[in-house]
Amino acid sequence: MTIKLSQNIAISETGFLFNPSTGESFTINAIGAHVIALLKEDLSNDEIIKRMSEEYEADVNEISRDFEEFLDSLKNNNLIDENE
Amino acid sequence: MEKKQYERPHIIKLNTGMPAKFGMMNDSFLMTHIEGIPVKDLINEHGSPLFVISEQVIRNTFRKAYKAFNTRYPKVQFAWSYKTNYLTAVSNIFHQEGAWAEVVSGFEYDKAIANGIDPKKIIFNGPGKSEEELITAANNGSLIHIDHPDELYQLINLAEATLQKPKVAIRVNMDTGIYPMWDRFGFNYENGQAWDALNKIMNSGKLELMGLHTHIGTFIMSANAYGIAAAKLAELTVGLYTKYNHTIKYLDLGGGFASKNTLKGSYLPGSDTNPGFDDYAEAISTALLNSPIKPENLPILVLETGRALIDDAAWLISSVIGNKRLPSGRRATIIDAGVNILFTSFWYQHQITPAQGHSQYREDTSLYGPLCMNIDCIRESVNLPQLNKGDKLVIHNVGAYNITQWMQFITLRPRVVLIDKDSQIRIIREREKLDNIQMQEQVPESLILHSDSVVFP
Ligand SMILES: Cc1ncc(COP(=O)(O)O)c(C=O)c1O
Repeated sequence: MTIKLSQNIAISETGFLFNPSTGESFTINAIGAHVIALLKEDLSNDEIIKRMSEEYEADVNEISRDFEEFLDSLKNNNLIDENE
Repeated sequence: MEKKQYERPHIIKLNTGMPAKFGMMNDSFLMTHIEGIPVKDLINEHGSPLFVISEQVIRNTFRKAYKAFNTRYPKVQFAWSYKTNYLTAVSNIFHQEGAWAEVVSGFEYDKAIANGIDPKKIIFNGPGKSEEELITAANNGSLIHIDHPDELYQLINLAEATLQKPKVAIRVNMDTGIYPMWDRFGFNYENGQAWDALNKIMNSGKLELMGLHTHIGTFIMSANAYGIAAAKLAELTVGLYTKYNHTIKYLDLGGGFASKNTLKGSYLPGSDTNPGFDDYAEAISTALLNSPIKPENLPILVLETGRALIDDAAWLISSVIGNKRLPSGRRATIIDAGVNILFTSFWYQHQITPAQGHSQYREDTSLYGPLCMNIDCIRESVNLPQLNKGDKLVIHNVGAYNITQWMQFITLRPRVVLIDKDSQIRIIREREKLDNIQMQEQVPESLILHSDSVVFP
């Protein structure tokens, strides 16, 4: 499955994220920003989890659990287009 | 290739336009050590959760309180409120500092005696003293604080029967402008009950009236209320002197000073807003010195301060069991310390700090204990960084009422250690074992299970 981020989301190097369609801003940690970047590349969820576990010192189960949770928070904050 | 350190990805919405009212509660600075000892080592050695008490902080707090009063009023005597924390090691630190004992039950009375305190230095408060307990206390010359008329008559009768002259005070309740008014203990000042009781005592000739006592409530945020209380007790003192030429030896203003904790619902941290010992001391001393009591008759000022003397001297350290996201989107963290050992979480927004390094990202988190009960919430909302399973947290200012009101519920109660004044760690209460609980039980022969008595269909 591939998740689509809402259009035009702007993310700054200092960890701020801005959603122009709602005017809301967010702070995001470095790993969160990294996940957003991967989502923008239209990678599948499995691919993202795989890349993360290659890059970071953590168990793949932990990464995938946290990833799902992160997607939930993106969804809760209307940062994901649900209509695919 | 060296892998990078992992942290959970997360995102927090910024609430523009809303003042950072919780930003005042700077909860998540770091506390990796308690008095120089790594939190991690404490848990490895003594288990999790763990109560940690500092002897030095107790002594420093006591000396600060004593000095606040002693510099303003000539005769000051503290009496350690046992119900606040009656671990023997803790009580005896206060006794070594010069505090008497203040007890509210036969159990506490016996514990104080067992701890080695002189019975003449025990104040026996409370509405529930048995006849046997009254006789023991009277024989020992302890100070009996009378709570209600039946107790007064009972003591007069006992005095007649035993030809003893029990040393007594009465507890007085009164309006000091604070709400709620604690009017269920003792004799009321405003409606004249207190004066009635004093006249009965004086006219009986059977009791030695030593003092007057009040305890206006707990966590009193107004120092001024104590000034009013002291003035009212001074009125009674002068009344007794005028009518009977009787000199009251001590006025006991009870406990109730606020600690540095933050009450639930407060926007500002208690450490910034609560009155300190100097404020209370100023109000009480001024009221007594300005009263019509003659200087040569000034009574000893007794204080039964509990929480303000011990809250700040103890921490509860705990480990993270797991995290989850609530349907509301809020983060929830489950730790291994529940409300059964942290009763004061119903009262206070305890300050909570992580015990290991973390990034500066924080999130409003609900902090739950391990009990399978909805009420088991340590903090409904606390700003914390990302915590991983196994991370440690330090819960601050837990010295008062927890180790006496804790419940053995579902789990066994943890160890309590004291960091003594030489920075040595001393176990002052061992963790409970299943045996401690089972030992109290008895099983009828017919209810003992044998291997053939359980049948699965
Ligand atoms: C009679 C009496 N004295 C002293 C105390 C100690 O009070 P605190 O811990 O509020 O100082 C109490 C507590 O309720 C009490 O009932």
